[in-house]
Amino acid sequence: MHSEPAVKIAGLVKRYGDKPAVDGLDLTIARGAITAVLGPNGAGKTTTIETCEGYRRPDAGTVRVLGLDPVAQNAALRPRIGVMLQSGGVYAGARAVEMLRHTARLHAHPLDVDALVERLGLGSCGRTTYRRLSGGQQQRLALAMAVVGRPELVFLDEPTAGLDPQARRATWELVRDLRRDGVTVVVTTHHMDEAEQLADQVAIVDRGRVIATGSPEELCRGGAENALRFDGPPGLDLGPLLKELPEGATAAETSPGGYRIEAPVDPQLVATVTGWCAASGILPERLSVRRRSLEDVFLDLTGRDLRS
Amino acid sequence: MSTTDYAPTPDATDYAPKPGAAPVGRMLLAQTAFETRMLLRNGEQLLLTVVIPTVLLVLFSAVDIVAVEGPGKRVDFLAPGLLALAVLSTAFTGQAIATGFERRYGVLKRLGASPLPRWTLLTAKTGCVLVTEALQVALLSVIALALGWSPQGNPLTVAALLVLGTAAFSGLGLLMAGTLKAEATLAAANLVFILLLLAGGVIVPLSRFPSAVQSALELLPISALSDGLRSVLQHGASVPWSDLGILAGWAVLGLAAAARFFRWE
Repeated sequence: MHSEPAVKIAGLVKRYGDKPAVDGLDLTIARGAITAVLGPNGAGKTTTIETCEGYRRPDAGTVRVLGLDPVAQNAALRPRIGVMLQSGGVYAGARAVEMLRHTARLHAHPLDVDALVERLGLGSCGRTTYRRLSGGQQQRLALAMAVVGRPELVFLDEPTAGLDPQARRATWELVRDLRRDGVTVVVTTHHMDEAEQLADQVAIVDRGRVIATGSPEELCRGGAENALRFDGPPGLDLGPLLKELPEGATAAETSPGGYRIEAPVDPQLVATVTGWCAASGILPERLSVRRRSLEDVFLDLTGRDLRS
Repeated sequence: MSTTDYAPTPDATDYAPKPGAAPVGRMLLAQTAFETRMLLRNGEQLLLTVVIPTVLLVLFSAVDIVAVEGPGKRVDFLAPGLLALAVLSTAFTGQAIATGFERRYGVLKRLGASPLPRWTLLTAKTGCVLVTEALQVALLSVIALALGWSPQGNPLTVAALLVLGTAAFSGLGLLMAGTLKAEATLAAANLVFILLLLAGGVIVPLSRFPSAVQSALELLPISALSDGLRSVLQHGASVPWSDLGILAGWAVLGLAAAARFFRWE
């Protein structure tokens, strides 16, 4: 359909005062996919997204969104994108449904407002004005406003921050349906599981640059965090087991009765360990395999120190 | 607590992209209607734009608290002043406070990513102000007429004064809303409202002030508006050029400064 990417950012620099918020960032976002932008607080995620939305003028570098310059060709871009800000964006005295209906009126071919209200559970907001809605209701309204105009490209800045599990799922399902129907979705998040569940592509941003990109699977491949654990009687002799394991594997009792096998996790490893347990008459309790998660990758790349 | 008020499974809605801005006329109409609805729903705004001018008109017409000047009934002096106050309350104070909080709560920012062009947003704000003022003028006129008001002069001249006054106060109100914090705008806009109510010839004739102060006060937009309206409506003057000139000057200054310094977020 389109060979041209949805977003193409090259060498983006944006400073606030002397401090660079974005410092030479390159990022290409494919059409029709869900891309998650991950990063610690202050990494430059929101500045990058807001530059794509036309709010910020780059100090250096180029940004193209749907082939357009977000600042110079802002008027042409705006009808084609849907935007969910990190917070706010709604008249304090507006009711949820009337605000959504009004947003729909600014578009030529909006979605059916009633269906969207139903889907995101906004009907129960009734006559309550925006400032008195719960945080979750405010988030769902902002999401609905971002999609109601049938955009080609949706930017969601931390769409599930502060949501309960049900509302998170409802948001994820809507995002997946957008992808199903060919909408490109860019989402910033702190939730690693969200990126892992939702995203086709992940870009990890730190200190104003993209430091890793790839699918969640690509990013999680490799690394040291491959382990299998189980509980059993304390003091087992692990020597015979170790002989059955692949080269380089280690096995240890990390706490009394708690065992940890480090080896590339695959079905064969599980079969070997449980086979050995069966032969030894041991019931392995709380057997778990642990692959390297996106969170491990993220912490490895961005460090474990707290950021301000 | 109910946790299942969202549809649990995906619906059959087709989300396939079909982007496009609505026709600009429809956007303008929708935005004007929406902003007017927000304003009329806001209790503080109604207090400012409807209750205060009405109460002042009725109170000071009925009770001789402020000795008015010139021949005729008190209402003939007061009605033009309170029409000027109505313009001040809506175009300046009300618009500044509403816009200040829209800026604070990211409404202006969010609209900046919608298909609505900025000039359409500002035109809609003007439209909202004019609709509100029309309601105020109608209400105050009916009450004043019931109190025995006998307006003079050409209605078109009155309309010109009201429109130019609206432009002047809108520029100043938007300048304040676009540069100060929302809370500062709230405080300052109300303070200015009270000061101009007292020192702008609305209910207290400027002749009560020392002459040096008076000539400075005469340059205020509220003084020009109340004086201009009074000279037409009370005294039947043809065209109060100097008042129109002062208002035009404030309008140019205020709107230019607002255009230059307004911050959208």
